[in-house]
Amino acid sequence: MNVRVGTDDVRGQLRNPMKYARGLGSAQSGVRHWWLQRLTAVALAPLSLWFLWLCAGLVHADYAAVRAAIAEPVHAVLLVALVVSLFWHGALGLQVVIEDYVHTRWQEITLQILVRFGAFLAAVACLFAIVRIALH
Amino acid sequence: MSPIARPISPHLEIYRWRVNMWQSVLHRLTGLFLCLGALLLAWGLIAVATGADAWGIFSAFCASGLGFVLQIGWSWALLFHLCNGIQHLFRDTGMGYDAAQRDHSHTPSYFATGWIVIAASLVLTALVWITLFARASGGAA
Repeated sequence: MNVRVGTDDVRGQLRNPMKYARGLGSAQSGVRHWWLQRLTAVALAPLSLWFLWLCAGLVHADYAAVRAAIAEPVHAVLLVALVVSLFWHGALGLQVVIEDYVHTRWQEITLQILVRFGAFLAAVACLFAIVRIALH
Repeated sequence: MSPIARPISPHLEIYRWRVNMWQSVLHRLTGLFLCLGALLLAWGLIAVATGADAWGIFSAFCASGLGFVLQIGWSWALLFHLCNGIQHLFRDTGMGYDAAQRDHSHTPSYFATGWIVIAASLVLTALVWITLFARASGGAA
């Protein structure tokens, strides 16, 4: 008998071929969420401190000064990096909070969709605003 | 026969509250709060892109009592989430979990570092606002 899963011959292994037939088990993406959360966290550590410093410098600034500060190329690029990693990190965190506390299936799915769509829309709106400020 | 209402895992109430439990709860709460802060950032950026009138509404909110309290809250939430997050990254490497830290004859260092994280977040928040007020009063004089 020749039992193959992909390129692996599963004869003689301790795993029962039924495991492969049912297709349950690892989806091979277990650490993706964990890793992306850490990756965005590492990005956000310096970016958020830089953002605090940027805000502190603009506390009593007027409209033209704020606009000019955001339009500065280095600031615009760092703001784009901040917005992407911030909303990504936030969406990953909210996803876990919903998984942990919302146990009614339709409410959980609805909230997960709202969080993903909301984070994406807010991030895109921020990026559009930064580009518009920088290019005008 | 109705099922017996036995306590179910993880029955957290049996544990004494230690600093790392506060850190865990605060990390989640500050994370949720910072998500609202992210929306304020979005509002600010959109307001600047829209024009001076929209910016006026945004900056009036930031200068209001509510806006001021929220900004102090967000600055602490950010600095706590940052300090605690950095500790999380170090602990992800296994740091602080070696055999000596599991010796019950003394208090493990992760309680001490937990208090340091909380203290650091409060000190840094105070420093940020003292600097801002010092600059504001210096500018007015």
